[in-house]
Amino acid sequence: MDVYKNRRSVVAIAIVIVFAVIAFRLFQVQILDKEYIVTAENNALKYETLYPARGRILDRNGNVIVDNKITYDIMVTPYDVQPFDTLSFCRIFDLDTSFVNDKFREYRLYRRKIGYQTLVFKRQVTSEQYNMFIEKSFLFPGFTGVPRTSRTYPYRGGGNLFGYISEVDAAFIKDHPEYRSGDYVGKTGMEEAYEPLLRGEKGYNIYLRDAHNRIKEHYRDGEYDKTAVAGTDVTTTIDGPLQAYGEQLMRNKVGSLVAIEPSTGEILTMVSSPGIDVDQLADISKYYKDIVNDPYKPMFNRAVMSPQPPGSVFKLVNGLIGLQEGVITPASQFPCHRGYVVGNLRVGCHGHPSPLNLYQSIMMSCNAYYCYVFRAILDNPKYDSVQKGFERWKEYTESFGFGTKLGTDIPGEKAGTMPTVERYDKLHGKGRWKSISIISLSIGQGEIGCTPMHLANLAATIANRGWFYTPHLQKDTPGSPIDDRFKEKHYTLVDTTHFVDIVQGMEMAINHTGGGATATIARIPGIIACGKTGTAQNPHGDDHSVFITFAPKDDPKIAVVAYVENGGFGATWAAPIASLLVEKYLKGDISPERKGLEQRVLDGNLLHKVKIKKR
Amino acid sequence: MPELNLKKLDWVVIGLYLGLVIFGWMNVFSSSVAEDGFVFNFSQKYVMDLIWIGSAMALAVLILFVIPSQVYQAIDWPFYGIMVFLLVAVAFVGVEVNGSKSWFALGPFRLQPAEFSKIATAILLASLMSKYEFKFSNPRDAARIAMVLALPMLAILLEKETGSALVYLGFLIVCYREGMTGWLLIVGLLSILFFILTLVFSSFVAILVLAAMIGIAAAFYQHRPVTGSVATAAAITLLAFIPRLVEARPDSFLSRFPADIWAALLTGATALVLAVISWLHRNRSLRNLMLGFLLGLALIFSVEFVFEKVLKEHQRARIEVLLGIKEDPMGVGYNVHQSLVAIGSGGLAGKGFLGGTQTRFDFVPEQSTDFIFCTIGEEWGLIGTLTVLIAYLTLILRLISSAEKQKDNFVRIYGWCVAVCLLMHVVINICMTIGLMPVIGIPLPMLSYGGSSLWAFTILLFIYLRLDMEKNSY
Repeated sequence: MDVYKNRRSVVAIAIVIVFAVIAFRLFQVQILDKEYIVTAENNALKYETLYPARGRILDRNGNVIVDNKITYDIMVTPYDVQPFDTLSFCRIFDLDTSFVNDKFREYRLYRRKIGYQTLVFKRQVTSEQYNMFIEKSFLFPGFTGVPRTSRTYPYRGGGNLFGYISEVDAAFIKDHPEYRSGDYVGKTGMEEAYEPLLRGEKGYNIYLRDAHNRIKEHYRDGEYDKTAVAGTDVTTTIDGPLQAYGEQLMRNKVGSLVAIEPSTGEILTMVSSPGIDVDQLADISKYYKDIVNDPYKPMFNRAVMSPQPPGSVFKLVNGLIGLQEGVITPASQFPCHRGYVVGNLRVGCHGHPSPLNLYQSIMMSCNAYYCYVFRAILDNPKYDSVQKGFERWKEYTESFGFGTKLGTDIPGEKAGTMPTVERYDKLHGKGRWKSISIISLSIGQGEIGCTPMHLANLAATIANRGWFYTPHLQKDTPGSPIDDRFKEKHYTLVDTTHFVDIVQGMEMAINHTGGGATATIARIPGIIACGKTGTAQNPHGDDHSVFITFAPKDDPKIAVVAYVENGGFGATWAAPIASLLVEKYLKGDISPERKGLEQRVLDGNLLHKVKIKKR
Repeated sequence: MPELNLKKLDWVVIGLYLGLVIFGWMNVFSSSVAEDGFVFNFSQKYVMDLIWIGSAMALAVLILFVIPSQVYQAIDWPFYGIMVFLLVAVAFVGVEVNGSKSWFALGPFRLQPAEFSKIATAILLASLMSKYEFKFSNPRDAARIAMVLALPMLAILLEKETGSALVYLGFLIVCYREGMTGWLLIVGLLSILFFILTLVFSSFVAILVLAAMIGIAAAFYQHRPVTGSVATAAAITLLAFIPRLVEARPDSFLSRFPADIWAALLTGATALVLAVISWLHRNRSLRNLMLGFLLGLALIFSVEFVFEKVLKEHQRARIEVLLGIKEDPMGVGYNVHQSLVAIGSGGLAGKGFLGGTQTRFDFVPEQSTDFIFCTIGEEWGLIGTLTVLIAYLTLILRLISSAEKQKDNFVRIYGWCVAVCLLMHVVINICMTIGLMPVIGIPLPMLSYGGSSLWAFTILLFIYLRLDMEKNSY
């Protein structure tokens, strides 16, 4: 007799249980979980992205300074590639055969991961190369070309100013979900600041496709397709030719050159040197490593990111505060015998007649004069303590924008450094410091640091006799109006009447003929310019050469700062550079008697003077 | 020779068979038809499939009405011998398809002996086990069965057709039905469980689970269910602190070995002592449990070796993806992921015949053969998949109950063999497409495209129907 007959029920029950598990799983996959339906749609619909042309950047006169050019990316679908003539392929694109072999070794290694995907084989080939490729493309199955726009710079300048665009990476997409892999985004400079205007709107065509990426048909006859909207052109305040000239002047020097139209706050020129070569900028992914590893840090926009001591230029601010506080008048005279001496302390000065009044002190850049002025401000009996006096002085300087972010539209702008009571309390002990302890501030040394943009703004403020518009790069046009913050006049805490005297001193610094003027090198035939030199001591080597200027004296059209690191006296490099820029802007050309000076500046190479950190 | 009586033919089984074959062809058509519609051309899969179906019908008629039923039992050994020979031969002279050398090419047709060797094995098994004196307790009989199963499996493994080899394990169910101890199945299932536990969690966790199971089992066998279980729970709780102790004192004696070695040493020593004591006291059940525990420990520690050294890279990857250890939707996980997407996107009622985007546009690989279930899931929805599932379940259960009614042991056992062959193919194939099992490429009976598979199942099934037609049922 069959003793194991009951075992059939055990097996039957087990089978039913297994089938029930399968049925439950099917219910779960097909009914409960909605994720698969979405994935299926993404699988089957191919969105062909239509990339918009990025907006161009125009200068203040409508000249295109950043343009688009069509390049092509060569794409490859490794799955579809068949053996091809590597040699003629390499000849088209000017490649090494090892490049192709390495790529395909990689594809073979990751073939499972790659599957049927299409990858970028070579970026940014020229249209000539692309045309050659298209003619022979039947020889290279699996390869295709995709048009891309890349940047070109007709004035061959403005690297730091414009910034670069690059393909978004995973980290960026995580923070900006509106971008997709393959999109380009402005990473620095104006490209970054005006990204929302420049980028335009992507479009797409929808196709049905199969797993081999073969396009089967246009989805619903294009009903849901969307055309791309080109980016908006952005008009900048930059003067294209002037910017290019500024970059020539600053070549082989480290520092900044900034020019502002005082009446509007519009930035005419902004040079940070050494800058990024525009050819490298257009193809940043290729050169990124070189640029980052360059010891002169070309990516670093010194004009707004590098706070430095202002040097003697800052005497103008102290003079203005002194006048406003009533501790001096333009006629006030102070003695100077090669310096200011109190006890053990000595602030040295150069040889010049003594005593000097305010005008002469600016013209000759006397150190002692401003030690007197500065101490008179801080030790003013109307404030109970030197700390109170200092606080008041700080309020004045901050009203010029020093120690604060000006609020420009330039990414990465720095506030610079402004000392505080607390800082000095820590340094010298609470309440144990006097005006003499911080006397360096009188001549723009010590604990103060300001960017070249701050100094350019100072030049514009003085040119306007007491007010400024926040410097900006975007031109106000009906199509894209500027932010309201650029339309607001900022007055300093110094009464506008006092500026006249300072301007007088600055005019004399350049145009006084009786001897002793520090900036006669900046004299421009036929134009009355005003200026002030600065020679900023610093712990890194030779003094920095600084000069601020504006011209013409009446109804100024341009205010300029030149900051040349380790350039020595203000009159040696900064003053010639700034004045040449002014002359170029106002007269269109350099007068014959200054051609020699121009040549000296263009030939000058100060790179060896700048100490660089070896990597 | 008994008279052929068409009324005695099992028309339910034939109906299910035909239904599945026709439904299968529809789905093969849907997944392989091109945009331009039906073309009568032999390069089209759906046309080739018609030829296979037609020839299978001819085979069915031949078996039902022409070939005498006594032939099968008479040729059991020769048939089996020829099939094993072919299985080995194909590994050397066969055509390579998808990395496995398991096909004979005969002009435009290709035959896969692994599909047909199931028939020979089923006949031989039925023949051997139906002998009057056959008993599993007789080591010679058991060894003979083991050999009959092992030979084709080894030959198929030689062809790298792991899936087809697995099907042979299904015959163990028949053996169980015919008296083989159920422990073999339980131990087999437990081995798989601990293999998974060790891979997904760690050998430490696997040891704790094993100790808990053996401890509780021992408690019941010693008739002290409460005290024994409490003692086991207490011991497991204490053991659970080992990793913390090892980590807390990095320089101490404790940290000389990792936590799993400590757990194995402690539990292993206890089990060894108990095994010796129970052996002295002739307490067989406790002794066996303790020896089982020690074997289990050995298994757990061999998992890593088996996983890293015995399994091939693609098999490892498939298991890792299945167990969720690695995610790889573009690589090894691609098939399963796309398969789930296709089935899942079908919803309740599906996208309709020829309406599937996933299967028709080749997202799912092998969608007319191994992954035909995806087409069904996408185009016919849950209604379609459940219908197919119920059809198979009905077919299998009906075959079992029909087999149980046979007077002739040979026919009964053969019927069981047919049922488990179907069962193994259906369960492995469907579970693979819905991510319950690693990707093991075997066809879905009657539904998948493929001549060998369809022919083999037709022969397998209709031999039984012929035998059944002549039955003297109770």
